Amino acid sequence: MSNWEILWDERAQFWSGFLSTLEIFGLSIVGAFVIGCGLLYLLEGSRKRLTIPLRIFIDAMRMLPFLILAYLLYYGLPSVGIRLDAWWSGVGALAVYHGAYFAEIFRGNRLTFPPGQIEAAKAHGFTKGKMFFRLLLPQIIMQTRPLLGNQLIYALKDTAFLVIITVSELTAAANSLSSTYFIPTEAFIVVIGFYWAISVTMEIIIKQCGRFSAKRGFDNV
Amino acid sequence: MSEANTSEMAAVSIRHLSKSFDDVEVLRDVELEVKTGEVVTIIGSSGSGKSTLLRCINWLEKPDRGSIHIAGQRIGIHEDGRPMPVRELAKVRAKTGMVFQGFNLWPHLNVLHNVTEAPIHVQGASKREAEERAMALLEKVGMVDKRDSYPNTLSGGQKQRVAIARALAMQPEVMLFDEPTSALDPELVGEVLAVIKDLSAEGYTMVMVTHEMAFARAVSDQVVFLEKGLIIERADPETFFTTPKTDRVRKFLENHDTPSPA
Ligand SMILES: Nc1ncnc2c1ncn2[C@@H]1O[C@H](COP(=O)(O)OP(=O)(O)OP(=O)(O)O)[C@@H](O)[C@H]1O
Ligand SMILES: [Mg+2]
Repeated sequence: MSNWEILWDERAQFWSGFLSTLEIFGLSIVGAFVIGCGLLYLLEGSRKRLTIPLRIFIDAMRMLPFLILAYLLYYGLPSVGIRLDAWWSGVGALAVYHGAYFAEIFRGNRLTFPPGQIEAAKAHGFTKGKMFFRLLLPQIIMQTRPLLGNQLIYALKDTAFLVIITVSELTAAANSLSSTYFIPTEAFIVVIGFYWAISVTMEIIIKQCGRFSAKRGFDNV
Repeated sequence: MSEANTSEMAAVSIRHLSKSFDDVEVLRDVELEVKTGEVVTIIGSSGSGKSTLLRCINWLEKPDRGSIHIAGQRIGIHEDGRPMPVRELAKVRAKTGMVFQGFNLWPHLNVLHNVTEAPIHVQGASKREAEERAMALLEKVGMVDKRDSYPNTLSGGQKQRVAIARALAMQPEVMLFDEPTSALDPELVGEVLAVIKDLSAEGYTMVMVTHEMAFARAVSDQVVFLEKGLIIERADPETFFTTPKTDRVRKFLENHDTPSPA
């Protein structure tokens, strides 16, 4: 039996790893997106008392290797009485870590937002919340689309680290097959194919979204 | 009490308004009364405080002293000196419509949605009602054909006409125009002025900063000349343009080739 045939027989393991990776990735980027938007909202027109700690938090996250954060949540939190299983530790770590990156991407774009539009909103009776969700956020998302796309790919790749805190995802599946049958090359090549497939699909979706924003004149990033 | 009563009659009533940036006094004890249906034009050289005055009216700029009433309602501060909570301020603000030199349309929304956005999401109008109102206004400014276009595809004159419709959609007590044609190519100025002229004929209350002297003369009921934050002259347009009282205004008008009667 060739190595490839062995892997074909074990395809169920890859498949469940793949689904697990998709699930972790999907949940964590939704979480990261919400965290990123939330941080941007809190930074918007708030007092320094609030913005300074938030900025420190965002920078601290960005300067941390992802794996360390995952370790901290999985091995460190129980010592303060919070016990998350490996799966939720992983999802949480990804969401918080990439949420900080999302926030930083949004914040950078916010700095170049035309002040005239905000004045127009105020003059039309908008208050902060409505203005943020109806006018600021949609435009900031359209403008940062390519950067967000990049960040999603980093987030996808970071899901592979979760094998180290014993989450059974795609890389874990390859790891286990390669050590059971001693066929690391083939096992990991299959896994690369899966990661690429997700990335390429994501790229296509993000490109398609670009049409939506190009129509509105936001294709100049 | 009598003061409050006179304020109620006016669309805009500005009393003892002063404003400084850093140490520079930009507005000094400005008094201005705009009656309902009246068109008031503010003229003055660059840096004289015209924009600041206009922006104080809707509290985009916070005055240091004085009071401003919009249709009888104090903006920014309560009569007893308490600052106005943001939600309440937003409500009073919405009684004014502002048109900016740089248009400031919201680029992610098409023309129709630029006009319906605030009525729906600020005033709570139903989508149908807001769209009906918007279509009537787009008709008025000649932009119905472009209702599905996005701002980035419009000319400056078209953008400004949409911006006017957007402000009108809030059904404001007073429209504020800050040099609405200064950012336009000369051949586009006319289409915007024509729209504003129609509005004045329909009886809209307007306060306008402009460098278009012939236009100011044609549409104004009152012309105000601002110099270093002081109103140094105010008159009906005929008097203002034909027999200015001060040398300063005379000189200013000479430099801005005085218009012939429209
Ligand atoms: N936000 C600000 N901070 C500091 N100074 C300001 C600010 N806004 C305006 N000024 C100053 O206040 C003065 C009046 O400005 P304003 O914009 O009201 O003049 P203007 O009459 O509208 O002039 P222009 O015809 O050039 O538009 C100017 O000297 C200007 O530099
Ligand atoms: Mg100005």
